[in-house]
Amino acid sequence: MTTQLPPGLEIEKLDERIMTLNVGPQHPGSGHMRLIVKVDGDYIVSCDPDPGYVHRGEEKMAEYRNYITNIPHLERPVIHDSCNILYPYCLGVEEILGLEVPERAKYLRVIASELNRCVYTQYWLAIYGIFLGHSTMFMWPAGDRELLIDALEKMTGARVTHAYFVPGGIRNDVPANFEDMLLRRVDYFEKRIKEYAAIFYDNPILISRTRDAGILSREDAIRLGTTGSTLRASGVDFDVRTKEPYDVYEELDVKVNTLKAGDSYARSKIPWLDMLDSCNIIRQAVQKMPKSGSVRVKLKPNPKGGNTEVYKRVESGRGSLGCYIISDSKPEPYRVKMSVGSFRNLICIPYLLKGEKLGNMPAVYWSLNYWPVEADR
Amino acid sequence: MSAIAPKFRFGYFIKSILDNAFWGVVILTLVGIPLVMILLFYIELPVLDNQKLLDPYLAFTILADPSRQVPLLKSLMQTDFFRIVAFPGFGFAALLAAGTIFVERKLLAKLQLRVGPFYCGKIEGLLQLMSDGIKLLSKEIIIPAKADKPIFWAAPVLFVATAAAFVALIPAAGGGWVVADVDVGIIAVFAVIGFFPVITVLSAWSANSKFPFIGGIRALHQMVSFEIPLILSVLGVVILTGTLNLTEIVESQHTFWWIIFLPIGAIVFFIAMLAELERIPFDLPEAESEIVAGWLTEFSGMMYGLVQLGSYLKLYAFAALFVVLFLGGWSGPDVWPPFPAEIVEKGIEMGPISAKFPGLPLLDQQMLNDVLWFVIKVVGVIFFILLPRGVFPRIRIDLLLHIGWYKLIGLAFVNIFIALGLVYAGVLGPEGIL
Repeated sequence: MTTQLPPGLEIEKLDERIMTLNVGPQHPGSGHMRLIVKVDGDYIVSCDPDPGYVHRGEEKMAEYRNYITNIPHLERPVIHDSCNILYPYCLGVEEILGLEVPERAKYLRVIASELNRCVYTQYWLAIYGIFLGHSTMFMWPAGDRELLIDALEKMTGARVTHAYFVPGGIRNDVPANFEDMLLRRVDYFEKRIKEYAAIFYDNPILISRTRDAGILSREDAIRLGTTGSTLRASGVDFDVRTKEPYDVYEELDVKVNTLKAGDSYARSKIPWLDMLDSCNIIRQAVQKMPKSGSVRVKLKPNPKGGNTEVYKRVESGRGSLGCYIISDSKPEPYRVKMSVGSFRNLICIPYLLKGEKLGNMPAVYWSLNYWPVEADR
Repeated sequence: MSAIAPKFRFGYFIKSILDNAFWGVVILTLVGIPLVMILLFYIELPVLDNQKLLDPYLAFTILADPSRQVPLLKSLMQTDFFRIVAFPGFGFAALLAAGTIFVERKLLAKLQLRVGPFYCGKIEGLLQLMSDGIKLLSKEIIIPAKADKPIFWAAPVLFVATAAAFVALIPAAGGGWVVADVDVGIIAVFAVIGFFPVITVLSAWSANSKFPFIGGIRALHQMVSFEIPLILSVLGVVILTGTLNLTEIVESQHTFWWIIFLPIGAIVFFIAMLAELERIPFDLPEAESEIVAGWLTEFSGMMYGLVQLGSYLKLYAFAALFVVLFLGGWSGPDVWPPFPAEIVEKGIEMGPISAKFPGLPLLDQQMLNDVLWFVIKVVGVIFFILLPRGVFPRIRIDLLLHIGWYKLIGLAFVNIFIALGLVYAGVLGPEGIL
């Protein structure tokens, strides 16, 4: 019986010593995806990522809904980072419909997206901790993230799937005394995440394990088209917030954290440094924000755009996140294409894991700041 | 932060204790009394000399008479059966292992800013372990289709049996409180430890699955390479005491614990012990993010429970071995007050009221002291074995072998030279000044 198996499933008999491991999708060390790992003893001969287990057709669904009703389902790929994944879509629709966002809404958008970046990064860091067998590092970020989730709940009305950004501003204004509560929480959050250095980033076993594991050189990082923390850990100071500032980011002082090493230790440290920086950005935004004013422009029902196309991108928790929208004078977009950082970083896996030890697999794989659901969309 | 667990209140605490006691009494009554009735129905009761039937009441009165009861219990305690099943053997070790699991869960929870088991058993999740055991018992045992079934079945049982054999060699109190008092105790201990990698590899191989196979090979590497520093670090103690008998090693530490003279040996032994126990940071054979659950992947139901029981018995045995070798075993100042002879013989008389304590000389004061000190020290060592789990990530196999073969063996040799130096300088040893 010679049935043609789909690629990745056939067993290549390279050598008697080679063993093929299916890491995922039902494996504690994979996300909603599969890594087909071939090992020779403890060394990885080849690693082939196989995403697509959580493909939901978000882009196709967007073609059947109008610009407003697209919002709740487009945030589903990364519910922990839902503000950032909606950000480029909202910026694009605003350009198509010709909307001018109020000043206060721009600052609240920045606050919400920075809070979401922290919430996402905490979740990512928790999983990185448990992938390395560090159960305290799983529990601490997962607990501290509740602080910001509560702040976001007061702001948006929902714990994770906020659906807060709408074309023309944000859905609701924040409650009274929100700024004081937010600053108190951010101060405490910053104090807490600084403690992670003692237990995680300065831990000698962690350093000995992740340093020099999966080194991505500066040239390779640019050539492979990586983005976000993976790119910045290789020494490239690329951040959409400073290179192409959107909304009010040009008025805020955004620090771009870069490290030269390009190994998984550097890749795991960049998001943590970004979180500390996010706390500063939130403080600046709260200080500069107009104290009152409208937060949303009125929209007609079923707004229509002209025959235009627009591409906008923002810096999400996983790097540059772009949204390409084509409008053909109908209430529904003709095409919505999302270019996500996760999928760009995924391509590094075969390059980085070849020749590594099997024990380095989770450390390298998850340090790429990759979110399987976002990559599949 | 939202608090899910209710607040601690003394009234609730007392109520929960009473609730548990109530259910205990209810179950005992509902099960115990019918059981006794059924048993008595089938037993043919003998007739005594005075033509009287030995009814259960009479039997209980005879047995409950202090003049018979105390010698009966004392002679029971001197049997090998009691030693194997209850005191320094399996029962004692299993009790401490169960306590270890409870403490591990609560300690880790406190480190990680959470509550831990809380509801089961009503008092801080005391009965969580029991419910876990019942859950494992009620689960289906699934055996892989291509597994080598006899070996796969035997592996968990062998694992527990080997751990119990290890427990049997550890003396828990002075006066011969040990299951097997072997003259070459240390060699016997290492012979038993040598079985663990064999069982691990056999079970991993017989499962005929990829992840257990990798886990088994990792366990083999880890255990074999850490057995060498483990044995070498003990050599220092053997040089100083001049004996291989564990009881004699404890008695030699009456004045000084060996950890004072051989701190390097104790550290090497402790690290090698963590690796032998597959505890974090050396839990590579069970590294879940790499190889699912390592060599335990294919075990299900009570087979998995047996392996866990075996590993916690092993943890107790290693901690007790550390106490015996380096921390002076059961030696310590007398804290348990001696029984006044008057009370033992005459009881207490206060005016019209008098009370007699015929059971008092059942346990002598020396043994109670020894057990108290031994348990305190073992619990202390277990605490330090549990602590790294909250602090360290998992180590990688090449770093592990580097530590084992390069650093620990070197340190173990340094330790041996320190011991030899102490003996030749005439400070310690068979004819030393101390």
